Amino acid sequence: MKLVLQIAAAAALALTAGLATAQDKPAELKIGITTFTSGAASVFGVPAKAAAELLIDEMNKSGGIGGVKVVPTFIDEGVGGDKMLSEYRRLVQEQGVKTMLSAISSGNCNIVAPVAEDLKVLNVMWDCGTEKILEQKRYKYVVRTQANATTEMVATVMYLLKVKPDFKTVAVVNQDYAWGRDSWEIFLNTLKAFKPDVKVVAEMFPKLGASDFSTEISRLQALKPDVVLNTSWGGDLDTFVRQAGQRGLLKQGATFVMPLIESSLERLGDAVPEGIVAGARGDHYWAHPETKDDPKHKDFVAKFKAKTGAYPIYPTYHMAQALVGLKAGYEAAIQSNGGKWPGPEQVADAMRKLKFKAFGREITMREDGQGLEAQLLGLTKRHPKYPFAVIDKMVLVPAELVTTPVGQQSPSWVKSINPSLAKVLSTDQFKTHDFK
Amino acid sequence: MDASLIVLALMDGVSYAALLFLVALGLTLIFGVMRILNVAHGSLYAWGGYFAATLGLAITQFALPAWLALPALFAAALVIGGLLGTVLEFALLRRILDKDPILQLLVTFAAFMVLEDLQRLIWGVQPVFVSTVVEQLGTLEVAGVTYTRYQLLVLPLVAIAAFVGLRWFLGRTALGRQVTAVTHHREVATAMGVNTHRVTWLTIALGGALGALGGALASPTTSFTPGIGADMMVLSFAVVATAGLGQIGGAALAALMIGLARSFAVYLMPELEVLMPYLIMVGVLLLRPEGLFSTVAARRI
Repeated sequence: MKLVLQIAAAAALALTAGLATAQDKPAELKIGITTFTSGAASVFGVPAKAAAELLIDEMNKSGGIGGVKVVPTFIDEGVGGDKMLSEYRRLVQEQGVKTMLSAISSGNCNIVAPVAEDLKVLNVMWDCGTEKILEQKRYKYVVRTQANATTEMVATVMYLLKVKPDFKTVAVVNQDYAWGRDSWEIFLNTLKAFKPDVKVVAEMFPKLGASDFSTEISRLQALKPDVVLNTSWGGDLDTFVRQAGQRGLLKQGATFVMPLIESSLERLGDAVPEGIVAGARGDHYWAHPETKDDPKHKDFVAKFKAKTGAYPIYPTYHMAQALVGLKAGYEAAIQSNGGKWPGPEQVADAMRKLKFKAFGREITMREDGQGLEAQLLGLTKRHPKYPFAVIDKMVLVPAELVTTPVGQQSPSWVKSINPSLAKVLSTDQFKTHDFK
Repeated sequence: MDASLIVLALMDGVSYAALLFLVALGLTLIFGVMRILNVAHGSLYAWGGYFAATLGLAITQFALPAWLALPALFAAALVIGGLLGTVLEFALLRRILDKDPILQLLVTFAAFMVLEDLQRLIWGVQPVFVSTVVEQLGTLEVAGVTYTRYQLLVLPLVAIAAFVGLRWFLGRTALGRQVTAVTHHREVATAMGVNTHRVTWLTIALGGALGALGGALASPTTSFTPGIGADMMVLSFAVVATAGLGQIGGAALAALMIGLARSFAVYLMPELEVLMPYLIMVGVLLLRPEGLFSTVAARRI
């Protein structure tokens, strides 16, 4: 009798497990999206939310995902990690949401990744940059549909070496938090791999949200470094560029490297001089040399401008990548599931083998869940047609060259970069494209 | 660190201290008269800055004479300080005068949050910035380093004018003496025939205008974003606590100490820059728990 019961229990278990994977097609696909709608990072979160609404609308008009309508719920990241997490849990546990797009902040990605794994929901890290999450632990349910900080910073160093091969001194003015510190560490270690005798003359980390950089600017003017790195963003970057511009620092000979300035260009207007090394945290720009005439991209730029009054910036493209990747992942999973609606682990699995294309070059997903995304870098330039600086001399740095291989850790990999890699700088892979 | 760097650090420190002093002055003035630590003061800073930027934009948009840019900053501060100060006074502060200090703190904090949200509704979340004034005034060169005249001359001059003006007002005018009387003892002042309501209202409007002036003067060099008010609030509280609550001279000295310490830190030990205001505050309070200039008799607790 006991044996019979055990068998029955095992059978019941097997049955429910089977149900969990091969579900019926739901009436709608609910997805949770965390984004900043308050706080300083809402300069990214609000445009990204607008892009999400726009893209999901479009997607639903053409049949949603696998014929199912997509319904987003937005969670504000600006309320702080704990509160965001309880909203995240509420969405998953009370409303049965199994697909989450989270987050912008690397801190928040650190919080949600283990929770997603625990709750067995698919979590697409749609904007955060920290490379550590996917390098230090193997996740089943967590993927990232864009590049990580290592890719971004190594590509930046290589572009800098292409446009300014000879320099001896470097200084940094970064925000005093994880990204500011980490990006400097990767940048410096990469730079030292190529140029072991480069000298760091100043390391300054004003606080996040600082409103006055006057002392930092004086110090840079006194030190006259050849290269100045500033990976800050939003109001901090705007304030730095304005104050440095007002005091003539930007035109005193140093090459400024600003990997996130693409997101500030339109706001800053004529405050941005020519010749700043500009990045966009990935392979995206409204005037992308390869996709700007792509009808889909053109349509997106036009609609986004009509909706928000501004050109799309990188977080909106990251949102597009996450949504296109999600759709491709679901559709691949449906196919390999024999047409049946897939569970989150099947989608997560499918997304690891994916190649998809949003508004830049094709993105290849790796088995560790990390996306390989090329990096667009260029030099700022004034253009008579626009009241703000545009990006010229664009290079699309291939991700394979500048991304830590699967199973390796960024800090040691970056230090082991062979300086002979610099040979590619003069090849076709680093061809420059003018702004058109 | 050679002599020229010391000069540079001094100048950066002084211009930063000037802004900090204006905001702290407003905070300490209101505390002196009402014995309420007004957390919403941070919002006045933010609103002052945003409104000044709006006026600046309007000047360009409607092609008004460019010289208006500088007076517009002061106008913005007066309007915001007068308006918000009056609303705060009538709607909240006068109703909580005799309440528990903790409750007062909570009420003004609530007001701060409401104002912060309103500000997001009005000005949105994108950084706001208008810098016409700074460009108009041009730059100066000191020891091979370029400074804007705005930062080197305008800001310290305004701070000195505010300090001297306020001293004169409190010590030499009838109205100012009434304010001082209320600061010393509200009940006695009332018994002597001082219209405390009017005095309080005036002080809040004036203190608010000073906070807003700090914001307005920061707006040509700083991008205003959500959250900027909270930062300034914390910093100006550090100044006021270092100075001794209600102390005007102390606020000037404390702001100067914090400004200079911060800029020297950037040269000597950048890692300490963020900590500097609080290190000074802790240091001063350990030695003088009442603050730099405080007189024990004037305190309530």
